[in-house]
Amino acid sequence: MPKNKILILFSHPLFEKSHANKALVENIPDSENITFHDLYEHYPDFDIDVKFEQDLLSRHDIIIWHHPMYWYSCPPLMKQWIDMVLEHNWAYGKKGKALQDKIIFQVITTGGDKENYCETGSDRYSILELLEPFNQTAKVCNMIYLPPFVVHGTHNMTDEDYEKNGLIYGYFLDYLENHDIDTDEILQHHYLNEWFATILT
Amino acid sequence: MDTNFLLQAIIYLTAAVICVPIAKKLGLSSILGYLLAGIIIGPFVLGFIGQEGQDIMHFAEFGVVMMLFLIGLELEPSKFWKMRKFILGMGSMQLIGTTIILFLGCLFFMDWRWETTLAISLALALSSTAIVLQTLKEKGLSNTSVGRSSFAVLLFQDIAVIPILAFLPLLSTVNLEATNDAPQSLITGHASWLQTVIVIGIISTIYFAGRFLFVPLLHIIAKTRLQELFTASALLLVVGVSYMMQLIGLSPALGAFMAGVVLANSEFRHELEGDIAPFKGLLLGLFFLGVGASINFQLIIDNPLFIFAFGAILTLVKFIVLFFTSRYYKKKLDQNLLFAFGLSQAGEFGFVIMSFCMQLNIVPSILANQIMAVIAMSMVATPFLLLINERIIYPNTRIQEKEIKKDNDYIDEDNPVIIAGFGHFGSTVGRLLRANQIKSTILDYDSDRIDLLRKMGFKVYYGDATRLELLKAAGCENAKVFIAAIDNPTVNLQVIETLKKHFPNLKILTRARNRNDAYELIDHKVEHIYRETLYSAVNMGVDALVELGLRKYTATRQGQQFIKYDEITTRKLAEKRHDKMAYMITIKEEIELQEQLLKSDIYSQIAATNHSWDSQHLKNNLADLSDSSEL
Repeated sequence: MPKNKILILFSHPLFEKSHANKALVENIPDSENITFHDLYEHYPDFDIDVKFEQDLLSRHDIIIWHHPMYWYSCPPLMKQWIDMVLEHNWAYGKKGKALQDKIIFQVITTGGDKENYCETGSDRYSILELLEPFNQTAKVCNMIYLPPFVVHGTHNMTDEDYEKNGLIYGYFLDYLENHDIDTDEILQHHYLNEWFATILT
Repeated sequence: MDTNFLLQAIIYLTAAVICVPIAKKLGLSSILGYLLAGIIIGPFVLGFIGQEGQDIMHFAEFGVVMMLFLIGLELEPSKFWKMRKFILGMGSMQLIGTTIILFLGCLFFMDWRWETTLAISLALALSSTAIVLQTLKEKGLSNTSVGRSSFAVLLFQDIAVIPILAFLPLLSTVNLEATNDAPQSLITGHASWLQTVIVIGIISTIYFAGRFLFVPLLHIIAKTRLQELFTASALLLVVGVSYMMQLIGLSPALGAFMAGVVLANSEFRHELEGDIAPFKGLLLGLFFLGVGASINFQLIIDNPLFIFAFGAILTLVKFIVLFFTSRYYKKKLDQNLLFAFGLSQAGEFGFVIMSFCMQLNIVPSILANQIMAVIAMSMVATPFLLLINERIIYPNTRIQEKEIKKDNDYIDEDNPVIIAGFGHFGSTVGRLLRANQIKSTILDYDSDRIDLLRKMGFKVYYGDATRLELLKAAGCENAKVFIAAIDNPTVNLQVIETLKKHFPNLKILTRARNRNDAYELIDHKVEHIYRETLYSAVNMGVDALVELGLRKYTATRQGQQFIKYDEITTRKLAEKRHDKMAYMITIKEEIELQEQLLKSDIYSQIAATNHSWDSQHLKNNLADLSDSSEL
């Protein structure tokens, strides 16, 4: 099969201090099919080069929004990216079919534990519910939105935990690059991690 | 001018110019090249020069003095103080150990008088400052643990020469007064306590004169902006101090070293380094040439067994003592080996002591000459021994260089950033870096400004950044970023040219006054150009737009777009400029360029390039929009 081309759009305003994301990013496989694009490093002044971003998107099959969860949403530059890059009549609208049938999902880190993200927990909503706006954005652009890959509880992690999550992320990306993705199968799961665990076993 | 002198100069220079590059090409040290050159032009091979090799050496020993001055410059007093343990400990251990072993050995196996033996032992215990330090510098080891220990021992030896020379007459059966050639000093006539007082007085004079006389003098000279005057004063300083030390019977090298230490803290340090370094290099080269030329091959041919056996034993004894000295100070194996091989030769002071002994009749003339041949041989052997160590022994005992660097007496002074020009532009950059705990080395040519900045705690050096030596001294080889922020664009460009030629890996960020400077810089393939007129002008334009009613964010985005676009056009126009005829830039051309610029501004559609958040665009498209999923 032709390999999947993966674009990781990484947004983190304070990457240098994030152990969890450092471990994840360090484990991204070194492959010509995987593009790691650090938005805060490219656009420190929020002045996004729309044309460049659109070209980048066109050249990939799987798009990943990789970001920490801040106030139940993404960091501001990623929202800026969505606002500017997903142009009318390019990403959506009658003539906007540039992203059609591309796969998109989020890779998210949260400081709090998984148990908090439910109706009875302190965060009151599940991750999937909180991510609805992103899901809907993807839908409008005719993309296939998959459940997120989530690393919970980064506030209370040991170095081994960071490393373990990083390794899994690396295997996961490697799998995505080299296999056909059965999206129906994946949509049965809440998290991509859970689906990938079934693959690994 | 004496044609003979010119001819001599031609011989020396030719020999050096031919032999040194060959040695370098073969991977040998330049010292070996000079030595071989000396042997070849010397009386026993080509015979271009006769016995004057010795005289040349006396003259060229001044190179050693300059080298110590330079070493002093790199060693701040506080660091010097930290090294005292090594200087006294390692130095005395080496000197006493070697002397005792040589003395006892020779006493047993040679039928020399004990006075003769002692004098020879002392002479041979000393190592060659010139060879060792030059080698360390060439190999880039000056700042490593080995470099520091070697230097400590050499410094102790330099100091020890003084009491040794004072002590030798006591061994002599000849009346000292009868030999007028003995090193005389102005103070020998005084009582010993008075001598001590005078010595201390002179040393403190050097300290205070350096600090409160010489540095202000340099300030005045700096203001004249005459490069050669600065060089002259640097030379004057070194020669003056040496002369003063000789007057009171101390080693000139030691005096120069102290002068260097005193000036190590001053802002003129790098400039002084750059001024003296070429003289030092030349004189040292001459010195090594002299050593090569003065080897008396006739003596060696007459009695080869004695010379070679004695030379080998001498080297072995020195090696063993040095090795155990270094081991006693808990250095690692590879460091012990390098240290012991490096210092295993006898040195230039050996020549001095031997000729003095001949005058005093302590050592018979033939023996003294043989010993001198041994010294010269051992000096020639050192580069070979180091080569053997490097190629054969070191790979088997390897301990990574990184570990050496972790050693606590390793001092690394190279800052990651060098800023040339610390006016309003450069200082702003420097302040921002300092606020982020980044250390920068600063070069500036305005001595008043330097004063002020040093008072504010910046590390600023006086110097002309177009000079390669200064750039090297400032650490361009190891720096990551060079910020060229000199006011004068011509000078700035010169600096950049030098940098691009000699440090191709150094990242250069440069200031440009305006568009024309930028064109020049683009022609020189400079990537990171910062036009001082661009950013503030655009910011002002943005504020003007705001005053006229635009929302701030929109105006700001227009500004950002404009800068990007302007940078692209500038690069384009820089090329176009060359398509035109090769006439000089006239006002007319300048106007044409401006015109082109304005035209492309109008044709460019900055404002239309994107329409995020602009629902007007959406509404315009509403006509053919069936899926109204948006905002």
